[in-house]
Amino acid sequence: MSTTTEGTSGSAKQVFTIEGATVRLAGDSGDGMQLAGMQFTNTSALAGNDIATFPDYPAEIRAPRGTLAGVSGFQLHFSSDDIFTPGDKLNALVAMNPAALKTNLADLEPNGILIVNVDAFDKKGLSLAHYEKNPLETGELDGYNLIKVNMTTLTRGAVKDLGLNVRVADRCRNFFAMGLLYWLYGRSTDVTLRFIDAKFGAKPDVAEANRRTLLAGRNYGETTEALPSSYHIDPAKLTPGTYRNMTGNQALAWGFMAAAECSGKELFLGSYPITPASDILHELSKFKNFGVRTFQAEDEIAAITSVIGAAFGGAMAITTSSGPGIALKGEAMGLAMILELPLLIINVQRGGPSTGLPTKTEQSDLLQAMFGRNGECPIPIVSACSPADCFDTAIEAWRIAVRFMTPVVVLSDGYIANGAEPWRIPDIDDLPKIKITHPTGDDADTFHPYSRDEHLARPWAIPGTPGLMHRIGGLEKQDITGDVCYDPDNHQHMTDLRAKKVANIADDIPLQDVNGPEKGDLLVLGWGGTFGACTTAVERCRAEGLSVAHAHLRYLNPFPANLAELMGRYKKVLIPELNMGQLRFLIRATFLVDAAGLNKVKGKPFAVSEIADEIKRLLA
Amino acid sequence: MSIESLPILTSADFASDQDIRWCPGCGDYSILAQMKKVLPTLGIPREKTVFISGIGCSSRFPYYMNTYGMHSIHGRAPGFATGLKITNPDLSVWVITGDGDGLSIGGNHLMHAIRRNLDLNIILFNNRIYGLTKGQYSPTSPLGKITKSSPMGSIDNPLHPLSIAIGCEGAFVARSIDMNIKHLGQMLKRAAEHRGTSFVEVYQNCNVFNDGAYSWATDRESKADATIILEHGKPLIFGKDRNKGIRLNGMEPEVVELGKGVTEDDLLFHDEKSPEPSLAYLLSRMRHPEFPEPIGVFRAVDHPRYDDELNRQVEIAREKQGQGDLNKLFHSGETWSVSS
Ligand SMILES: Cc1ncc(C[n+]2csc(CCOP(=O)(O)OP(=O)(O)O)c2C)c(N)n1
Ligand code: SF4
Ligand SMILES: [Mg+2]
Repeated sequence: MSTTTEGTSGSAKQVFTIEGATVRLAGDSGDGMQLAGMQFTNTSALAGNDIATFPDYPAEIRAPRGTLAGVSGFQLHFSSDDIFTPGDKLNALVAMNPAALKTNLADLEPNGILIVNVDAFDKKGLSLAHYEKNPLETGELDGYNLIKVNMTTLTRGAVKDLGLNVRVADRCRNFFAMGLLYWLYGRSTDVTLRFIDAKFGAKPDVAEANRRTLLAGRNYGETTEALPSSYHIDPAKLTPGTYRNMTGNQALAWGFMAAAECSGKELFLGSYPITPASDILHELSKFKNFGVRTFQAEDEIAAITSVIGAAFGGAMAITTSSGPGIALKGEAMGLAMILELPLLIINVQRGGPSTGLPTKTEQSDLLQAMFGRNGECPIPIVSACSPADCFDTAIEAWRIAVRFMTPVVVLSDGYIANGAEPWRIPDIDDLPKIKITHPTGDDADTFHPYSRDEHLARPWAIPGTPGLMHRIGGLEKQDITGDVCYDPDNHQHMTDLRAKKVANIADDIPLQDVNGPEKGDLLVLGWGGTFGACTTAVERCRAEGLSVAHAHLRYLNPFPANLAELMGRYKKVLIPELNMGQLRFLIRATFLVDAAGLNKVKGKPFAVSEIADEIKRLLA
Repeated sequence: MSIESLPILTSADFASDQDIRWCPGCGDYSILAQMKKVLPTLGIPREKTVFISGIGCSSRFPYYMNTYGMHSIHGRAPGFATGLKITNPDLSVWVITGDGDGLSIGGNHLMHAIRRNLDLNIILFNNRIYGLTKGQYSPTSPLGKITKSSPMGSIDNPLHPLSIAIGCEGAFVARSIDMNIKHLGQMLKRAAEHRGTSFVEVYQNCNVFNDGAYSWATDRESKADATIILEHGKPLIFGKDRNKGIRLNGMEPEVVELGKGVTEDDLLFHDEKSPEPSLAYLLSRMRHPEFPEPIGVFRAVDHPRYDDELNRQVEIAREKQGQGDLNKLFHSGETWSVSS
């Protein structure tokens, strides 16, 4: 930590330069914490920091006000260094009410900055949070850098002469908290002022109230004696380029649009709303001028069947859902597989089983993706490992689908779907083209719906093409002709062919790479949203001299061709997963490798320390 | 391509090379034959025609047509048809379903397809039995029906496809009978020509598991008294001697004899174009043996079509915002640059 006396904000107070910080805003779900968090994120990103976020909110839209169940939080980690996770321990916590304090305090580091809205710590607020005594007065917070702010009073004061009623005025409190944090971390208010104009422009009084509150919060930081100094974080050394902030769901949506463009197709989405996948539907619904057609179906079965219909008709067709919806799609996924039509099935995983934990993250649908259908029904699976990575994953999934004429499952999860990070904007013209050919009427004499090319893919002949009329269906079909066929040897042959086709994808995807030594004591093998925690934990352990490497799988079916050989170069393999051992089950069954697991399902991502501790335990 | 320049197709051109596997005598043959007769009259090339079905004896239908086709999964045909039609509005898309396929497992999809009113033709083969699974009662089997799964008689209150279709805001709703081939052909043609979802229920005999379910409507002696042919703008007259009619008594239909003080003008006149579906619904509730059962077009009105509306929104969006440009989108909003 270095000190200077002049901060970026022109502050008269002392400014310390730090590498980064992890901050969490916590309040009632009606307090606008998600909005505040997103603003803080955008502002930090525009300041050039690397960022990682973790929004965490309850399943209820508005649980009773002030209760423990209603607490909503948004965690942001920003840094001048490369970062991969939203951070384990909080350097600063803003608690808008007693319930938020109670449910979040455990994550705050000793001596961490604790900003509380004292106005909310009245008798009612304390009792809703099941506090018998006011924790601000008992001394139980002495181990923290407690900063008590009359946020409600100050907010009302700031908007006093605007004539707003108290409820509307109080709704500006999140902007006060933002303003205060902006001062504390030397942030400009520009981004948020622009946001206020754009979002509340139609309601000038509300816009003005938010503007004033934001600035009041910042000025409070400057003048209060409780905060003697502020912080400065240098820009991160990211790869040169133009960046924007992206959540995983947005990156998937844009990735699908890019894939459509790269393959000369128009995009069709059939979907039924479900947390945490709905935002992909919302996002894609905006882009009709790109030829994107979205269909909100009556249920997930209709959603995927519409997609199969559109795929039959030659569109780039995708369906988005989460575990419970994927369960409903199972039968149709089997049909898509035997029809050998290209389409994408996206599962933004959440806590299960059944309705489970709708707003919390988990990775427990891997085996569902792998096996959740009747019959011998292999479907390729690719997974995204971070919010920005969702973009590339979307394109890669479509490339595989059309090259091999197969449905492909894309696995994301609630953590990467809602989390955000900087995304380096590509030029659409630099993205590789995805080649698709459809047979034409000229091929009529030689056309057979189930003939195959060198990838064992069948031709994608689309209705409307003269001379290629054919019927497809879920009954077993004769090799080449596609006619219904009950012959025993043919069924065996077709089953083998379909399996071989999917297995062959291993020759068409990159070999698995590793981060760390080529061989050694331990390989940490991960997939999906645990990427950041695995990367950071492994780097930390290596810095401490341990012989450990990290491989993160994008391709889960089939596995990369070198995976067995790669695992063989390490004495031990550790598979951390937010499930009870699903990848480990596949690895053991496929390769007879005695991998160890680190498993939890608590609705939260791994802390870096959890993985680092397990690495050390295994190598002790 | 103008209709004149199209090659003249015949019924045989629409037959696929597959062996037909329905039981001999099954009513499905007759529907297939009428379909093959009607399609060449529509001026739509074979490659622009697609049949999509679910699962059931009836749903084998697409295999026998030399068009594009998909034999999908049980009850879900409307979903496939919806996605196909949205993305390929110039295709003529038919949905073939059964009473079990369309009203039991697929009831939800049928309801939503009808209300959305995409330009689809849905033909429901109602044999009042599960044929393919060898004879269980279906949602249209009458109370008391003895089947393999209801040895003491069905206690499942049946539903009536056309009442459902009308309740779902159906804009084109019709009924015909497998044996009444001329009428059946007319209904298929009307359905094809109507823009929007056309829903046609066909009374179909399953001679293996439910033989004679509609004998009252097909036997020479009884059919004239047991059915009534709907014609737009005409009074509802029926009977061998065409001496009986349907009159409204308050909100209720009643059978009256013509003469004896009752004239044609006292009868209910059919109006398939009425914007209000009440009359069509009332007709759909007329049941044998209390009433002659209506066959014909119950309702044919013009409603907005989902496929048209969606594709219109795409056009409007393009007009207003211009064709989308991904590079522009990627750089919209807040971005920042990092230089080396
Ligand atoms: C998911 C699923 N459940 C059950 C079946 C078994 N099944 C096939 S057809 C059918 C009933 C068909 O009845 P209907 O739609 O009336 O057609 P029909 O054979 O009478 O023409 C059933 C239950 C199936 N194929 N798939
Ligand atoms: S079982 Fe009945 S419906 Fe099925 S083919 Fe035979 S006769 Fe026709
Ligand atoms: Mg039936």
